[in-house]
Amino acid sequence: MSEVTATATRDASRTMAAGLLAWVFPGLGHVFLGRRGKGLVLMGSILALFVLGVLMDSRLQLHLGLEDPLALLFSAAQMGIGAPYVIARLLGYEAGLVTSPTYEYGNTFTAVAGLLNILVLLDALDTARGVRGK
Amino acid sequence: MRSHLLNLLLFSGLVSTVFATLLRDTTRERLRFGLMAFAAFVLSTLVIGWLTNPFPR
Repeated sequence: MSEVTATATRDASRTMAAGLLAWVFPGLGHVFLGRRGKGLVLMGSILALFVLGVLMDSRLQLHLGLEDPLALLFSAAQMGIGAPYVIARLLGYEAGLVTSPTYEYGNTFTAVAGLLNILVLLDALDTARGVRGK
Repeated sequence: MRSHLLNLLLFSGLVSTVFATLLRDTTRERLRFGLMAFAAFVLSTLVIGWLTNPFPR
């Protein structure tokens, strides 16, 4: 294998690893790429948003069918945060509490946390490819 | 956590922090952008809330 091919393979692996880590846990992709400060700020903000949402009785149920497209999109948005979603479900927070006054706030917080993590994932991929500098 | 205003401030602060961190490169630019975004979130919510106050349903 030539040196150029080996470098390209290594760069592709690094980009894949950064993208995967960024999805699995917010900010971890940036930490992996050496952007520690940026990664920790993103991690703290997105996790705080998600945890506050769960504490506000958000629903974390999984919808994969097409019979309710909005529920599918909502579920996909929440899953964007990766491992914290799975952990919260395993800890028994999946049902939420529809009668809670903060239920809709909680849903908004958790869905936005997942969507923001997708932006963070895209930023980590750009950083790994050298498109973004800092 | 039943205070609407506290929820608004928490949401705006955290989302503004993420946007500022992602979209700007220096600390000074991030601080400026974050504060602007935070103010825009809070003020626009208060204005929309005030305008829709006569229409509760």
